[in-house]
Amino acid sequence: MDVQELIKNQVTSNPVVLYMKGSPKFPQCGFSNMATQILDACHAKYLAVDVLADQNIREGIKVYANWPTIPQLYINGEFVGGSDIMRTMYENGGLQTLLDAAK
Amino acid sequence: MLSAQQLETYITQNLGCDYIKVSGDDGTHFEALIVSPAFVGKSMVQQHQLVYQALGDRMRAEIHALSMKTLTPEAWLKSNS
Repeated sequence: MDVQELIKNQVTSNPVVLYMKGSPKFPQCGFSNMATQILDACHAKYLAVDVLADQNIREGIKVYANWPTIPQLYINGEFVGGSDIMRTMYENGGLQTLLDAAK
Repeated sequence: MLSAQQLETYITQNLGCDYIKVSGDDGTHFEALIVSPAFVGKSMVQQHQLVYQALGDRMRAEIHALSMKTLTPEAWLKSNS
């Protein structure tokens, strides 16, 4: 299975997926850390994928979303944004609405 | 080392901007406020993608983090009034 199919499978079979550097307990980058804290503040359950553990996913995810940076958040298979957009949406309540609708 | 001014030039070369201000002096982390008519009718993600496209490969190679605020000309006027 090529990496684009693998990613598509991950984001469509899990309601909420966060591609990050490191893990929620041991984030390896400030932006990834902020993303996990935002999701925790929203009491979201999510699949965390450590892109540092797999170089193919680390590069493949940037192509998949046409987005050059990590972290990347997906809800119901849709690319929502990076840490910048997550923070803005968290502040205006839009993120909580999306997360509540995730199934 | 990449400067904020260079980054402004890279963006405005490929994206028509009414206003742009980039700050950051460590060469890899930058903050940008970008106002462009191209953002009209686009979601925040799409607006940011337009900026990344304008930066092309430079974004992948040289820039570790670019946090940005993108506004349409109308939103910018409102925020200034």
